[in-house]
Amino acid sequence: MKFTRREMIVLGSGAALAAGVGVTPALASVTDDLIAAFTGGAEMGEGGITLNTPEIAENGNTVPVEFSAPGATEVSLWADGNPVPPVATFKFGPLNPTRSAATRIRLAGTQNVIAVAKMEDGSFQMAKATIKVTIGGCGG
Amino acid sequence: MASGVKPRVKVPKSASAGDTITLKTLISHKMESGQRKDDDGNPIPRSIINRFTCEFNGQMVLDTTLEPAISTNPYFQFDAMVPEAGEFKFTWYDDDGSVYDTAKKISVA
Repeated sequence: MKFTRREMIVLGSGAALAAGVGVTPALASVTDDLIAAFTGGAEMGEGGITLNTPEIAENGNTVPVEFSAPGATEVSLWADGNPVPPVATFKFGPLNPTRSAATRIRLAGTQNVIAVAKMEDGSFQMAKATIKVTIGGCGG
Repeated sequence: MASGVKPRVKVPKSASAGDTITLKTLISHKMESGQRKDDDGNPIPRSIINRFTCEFNGQMVLDTTLEPAISTNPYFQFDAMVPEAGEFKFTWYDDDGSVYDTAKKISVA
């Protein structure tokens, strides 16, 4: 069986795509462990927290991130592809009615940002967003 | 102490009692992550602000732990409920032990 040049290109790009699917950043498991330590291994629900991030960040040095988790007492952010995955932990006091906050974070490359909220009743809620980073923000 | 650290906060001058207001804070700080290397290849030591708190009349509004993944000049925007006239107190804690703080009064109309 002989391939024409054109078929070869199609086949090659298909293989590249297949290889690209399912690739998780190397530090993802570290992040999972850290999150498990935060929740104490409890089950996490979804929907109680919304995470608002850009889909594509041109500059990994300042990526705006915003979350809102009504009824949360504590919210932690992680970036699973960063050399140091924890990003920040917010503890809310009684005078904060909306339990939302916005900040700017550094991302080393394209990766997932994960927000886990500890609710007033002790349960946990999670939200995850993938951010494509054009230029990583860890310096060189 | 890191040089040129200047906190800036934006708080409305007045609000009605029970209102929810939005606070914005920014502090100029280089937030050296500890991951970067200088021209000779030596790692630059970590120097960041590791904690930020906001209180209103002694009551906690927000207490944040910061990691190296927070950008240069840490910026935070969050909400607070104003039950009475008083003062918001903002405090930043540096890795080197310095504490930067600023306060803003708010009146209730």
